[in-house]
Amino acid sequence: MTNEELINYISAWNQDAEFQLPATGENQLIGILEDIPSPFLNIEIPASHLKTFLQRLKEDPELDFDVLFNMAGMDWGKTLGVIYFLESYTKKHAITVSVQSEDRENPLLPTVSDLWFAAHLHECEIYDMFGIRFEGHNGLKRLFLTPDFEGFPLRKDYEDDYMIIRK
Amino acid sequence: MIDLKNSVQSDIKTQEYFLNMGPQHPATHGVLRLILKLDGETVVGIEPDLGFIHRGIEKMCEYDTYRQIIHLTDRMDYLSSHINNEAVALAVEKALEVEVSDRIKVIRTMMDELTRIASHLLWWGVMGMDIGALTTFMYAFRDREMINEIMEETTGARLTMSYNIPGGVMFDLHPGFPKRVKEFIKHMRQVLPEYDRLLTGNIIFQKRMKGVGILKKEDALNWGATGPVARGSGLHTDIRKRFPYSAYDRVEFEEAVEEGGDNLARYQVRMREMYESLDILEQLVDNIPEGPYQMPMRNLIKLPKGEFYQRVETARGELGVFIVSDGKKNPYRVKFRSPGFSNLNALLKVGLGWKIADLVAIMSTFDFVIPDIDR
Repeated sequence: MTNEELINYISAWNQDAEFQLPATGENQLIGILEDIPSPFLNIEIPASHLKTFLQRLKEDPELDFDVLFNMAGMDWGKTLGVIYFLESYTKKHAITVSVQSEDRENPLLPTVSDLWFAAHLHECEIYDMFGIRFEGHNGLKRLFLTPDFEGFPLRKDYEDDYMIIRK
Repeated sequence: MIDLKNSVQSDIKTQEYFLNMGPQHPATHGVLRLILKLDGETVVGIEPDLGFIHRGIEKMCEYDTYRQIIHLTDRMDYLSSHINNEAVALAVEKALEVEVSDRIKVIRTMMDELTRIASHLLWWGVMGMDIGALTTFMYAFRDREMINEIMEETTGARLTMSYNIPGGVMFDLHPGFPKRVKEFIKHMRQVLPEYDRLLTGNIIFQKRMKGVGILKKEDALNWGATGPVARGSGLHTDIRKRFPYSAYDRVEFEEAVEEGGDNLARYQVRMREMYESLDILEQLVDNIPEGPYQMPMRNLIKLPKGEFYQRVETARGELGVFIVSDGKKNPYRVKFRSPGFSNLNALLKVGLGWKIADLVAIMSTFDFVIPDIDR
């Protein structure tokens, strides 16, 4: 499917009584930050709907997103977030789904490692670097850093005068 | 005659215990530590302990300019350093909408394929060593030396080349480059059948490889495997074919795909890829177009606001470079989707149920480079 067909197809889910995409209107559906364009079709979704939405993307036979080829943690300043990069091996289309968490103290998102096991280590890495916990993850731990490491280094407000040289 | 197989009770349960494999284990080729949960000699759980060589490259990128980032990517998968460089260079060029000359595209493609052969040669030699055939190491390193010399002549470095820059390559090709590449192709075509005679047909080797470490097709997709690992399970995942970059759209080559999903399939994918790489080199070596080797670019590169993604096929699988730019001279965020990291994810499941000695063989055919996992 082309990006346009994808967005039409997914927008139609709004009419489904069981499933409501939270944002109606095209602009709110596309693009994580209005002024930052993305190379893929980007759908922003609130954390409460994330799991059902991703599950539907995976299980819908027309979409068939069977590969999670990348996962990136993000620090957008006020919010923390995760971007899921999905593609379909058979249908040859790709999409990104981004989710944000307002809570910087104790961010919590549902795990997707039960849908795509590819997320298993990615979620550990994001927990390690951004401090986002994934509910239901089997064996979430600090992956690269020691368990007693303080702070989450890839956050923008992480301070380390000794190790980080600001140029 | 005593039936040995049935006289030993197979359902005896022993107490499960833990064993550390690494970080100094010779078969892990670097500082990878796997905590194995064992039942007798059978692996029932694998827990990776990473970070021994974690340098925080993604964080360092946030304080570096786009020209400097290239030099960090060399240190990720140091055996595919040229291809890593290219991924960043392509992402920056895509963001700035710079179209590079044909000469640059062809030079990059040829260097990619030389890098791929060098990486596969090292893998072949070291893999033989892992399962007890020391001679392969000598053979592979003898032939890999020829590539190192070609690289050294043109780029000035043997391993961490940093040859790609945004908008082209650092230097023009050395005049002796085509001649040396031709010599190398001729030499490789002679020695590759020798490799097969030395190792592939060996009965011990076959027993270690055939039917061991099976990765099913649908599992490979779900567990995040890419590159030769996924192609050994019958998946057509080659980025060079799916999203051609540089000069891959103008060369003919066959994507090496095997259906077996076991160690032998992954082995054969890499062996076939070396032949395909030679084919690509052969098609390009006489057709290097004239033109500039660098496109005019500002010294201080600032990308427009946006997210940029570039996928390339390294010797180990798919490398994704994700750059988020807020318009300044440094990126807002860089994420490297490294092939080794995702393949390790698949190993955590593939390794279950096999003996420790099989795990060593499986890890060899997964071909890990640890700095690529840790970044």
